[in-house]
Amino acid sequence: MSKYIIRRLLISIPVLLGITVIVFLLIHFAPGDPVMGMIDPTQGSFSAELIERERARLGLDKPLPVQYVMWLGRVLRGDLGYSLITHKPVAKLIGERIWPTVQLTLSALLLSIVVGVTIGIISAVKQYSWIDYLTTLFSFAAVSVPGFFLALGLIFILALKLQWLPTSGMQTLGQPFSVGDRLKHMIMPVMVLSVTITAPLVRYARSSMLDVLRQDYVNAARAKGLREWVVILRHALPNALIPLVTVVGLRLPALFEGSVIVEQIFHWQGMGSLNIWAVMNQDYTTLMGLNMFTAILVLGANLLTDIAYAIVDPRIKYE
Amino acid sequence: MAVQGTQTVNVNWRAMRQESMGQRILRRFLRHRLAVAGAVVIIILALVAILAPYVAGQDPYYQDYSAIRTPPSREHILGTDPLGRDVWARLVYATRVSLSVGLVAVMIYTIIGTILGALAGYYGGAVDTFIMRITDVFMCFPLLIIIITVVALVGASLYNIMAVIGLLAWPSICRLVRGQFLSLREQEFITAARCVGVPGGRLILRHLLPNCVGPITVAATFGMAGAILTEASLSFLGLGVPPPQPSWGQMLTDAQKLTVLSRMPWLWVPPGIMIALTVLCVNFVGDGLRDALDPRMRID
Repeated sequence: MSKYIIRRLLISIPVLLGITVIVFLLIHFAPGDPVMGMIDPTQGSFSAELIERERARLGLDKPLPVQYVMWLGRVLRGDLGYSLITHKPVAKLIGERIWPTVQLTLSALLLSIVVGVTIGIISAVKQYSWIDYLTTLFSFAAVSVPGFFLALGLIFILALKLQWLPTSGMQTLGQPFSVGDRLKHMIMPVMVLSVTITAPLVRYARSSMLDVLRQDYVNAARAKGLREWVVILRHALPNALIPLVTVVGLRLPALFEGSVIVEQIFHWQGMGSLNIWAVMNQDYTTLMGLNMFTAILVLGANLLTDIAYAIVDPRIKYE
Repeated sequence: MAVQGTQTVNVNWRAMRQESMGQRILRRFLRHRLAVAGAVVIIILALVAILAPYVAGQDPYYQDYSAIRTPPSREHILGTDPLGRDVWARLVYATRVSLSVGLVAVMIYTIIGTILGALAGYYGGAVDTFIMRITDVFMCFPLLIIIITVVALVGASLYNIMAVIGLLAWPSICRLVRGQFLSLREQEFITAARCVGVPGGRLILRHLLPNCVGPITVAATFGMAGAILTEASLSFLGLGVPPPQPSWGQMLTDAQKLTVLSRMPWLWVPPGIMIALTVLCVNFVGDGLRDALDPRMRID
């Protein structure tokens, strides 16, 4: 087991390096002089002399591979450079935006796991019923309606026509922070974010449950005279959930993609809206910092998923 | 009962022998009602895209300053936009953008992914490890986010968007083709071909690839749905096809203003429905193709 985990960790190292190479090349090919995003602005105004001194200190006059190694050294110490617009350290800019995004994505993930698995299991148990048919149609619709259209539709109905929910933002302006107020602002973004990732979960939960229900031990449980719901919930469900570990882990990139659009529409001050802000203002250091940060998060999530899968499924052999 | 059963089987076998593979695929596809409906809608949309000047009836670029944001009327059946342009005409012309981006981007990345996947799956060893690690690296970047980044660097235009999606979205196809090759490589017909001395290149092109066409086609069809959504999202965010050329996603950008959202639904509901409808139909076709092309499905 520990051998498997170590091997899995070792495979991640070249991938991690690959991520940094791509981000480095993107910074290098971005328009403008990369040195501008690397100088600590607390040193005073950017005189030509200061820029040249920093260029030499940062190694930007050296060949590309040397530049890469020196840049990687700074990144490993948490120095992602400075925003070209606000001149704040990029790591700090991103740090401020993590928590709001975590609130949205984690809530959406939990919601879609609960809803997706429930619907998937029901439609597997009632295979070929109208519920099953409706579920399939819903899954198709969920992956086909663009998130931004769904978001605008929800704002139109729930916020503008019915006036149940605020149109956007993270809290009501001029009011102190309260949990209830935050939750009210979260309902629509979380709904939109969870719709697209629920559909694959439903599909996998359904097919996984169908597989399990065909197993002999399920028949054995039935033959013992157990009630059907006991058979389904106690004997079949736990085993049907195992493959879902992988599916849930692989949803992370989709969540980040969704949060870019959702945060932009709902003016949510997270990493997604920072991303769009960086693009619109051509703040390339912030943009590349965000790319690297999300890529590393995804890599970490994949790693955890694989390890978790190995733990919950003892049938996997690791050597 | 038993006799009847045997008879049915016999009839089916005779029917099968008479029809070619193409006919069998078509018959299976036609049985999937949603897929057929989807295919019909897509054919209609393709015709609309090709015949846009005739379907639109008006110039999508003409700005009528005396009719700005007017609700639907007999003259403008879907009203006009903030620059006084006819929404119906723009909706029709935008079909071209969505369909062409979907088609071209998917063609590019299917070719890249197939080549890389075939090399990795056929040669194995160091080649495989190298290609798969690169694939792993690319898969760590959420696709939409890295596409936004690269488009921000190279500039937004119709061709750039096709190229960027095409050059970045190949990893899933690569993994698919590699997996297919790995399992096919071990089968007897490949060993047989090897034994009679078929060279590597021919083995890949004539013996292995044709057996992957089904799964690749299905993945490419679903990929087209994804590419259309990506283009729409990019255009919505203002990083897509630059104005004045119309695109569905871009037509929805204006709806972020609450006055447009609440009072001018003719500006944003039709393009939203068109995106959803197109993507839904492409997905239906993909589902139908999966049923029709998968040889492991029961034959009936």
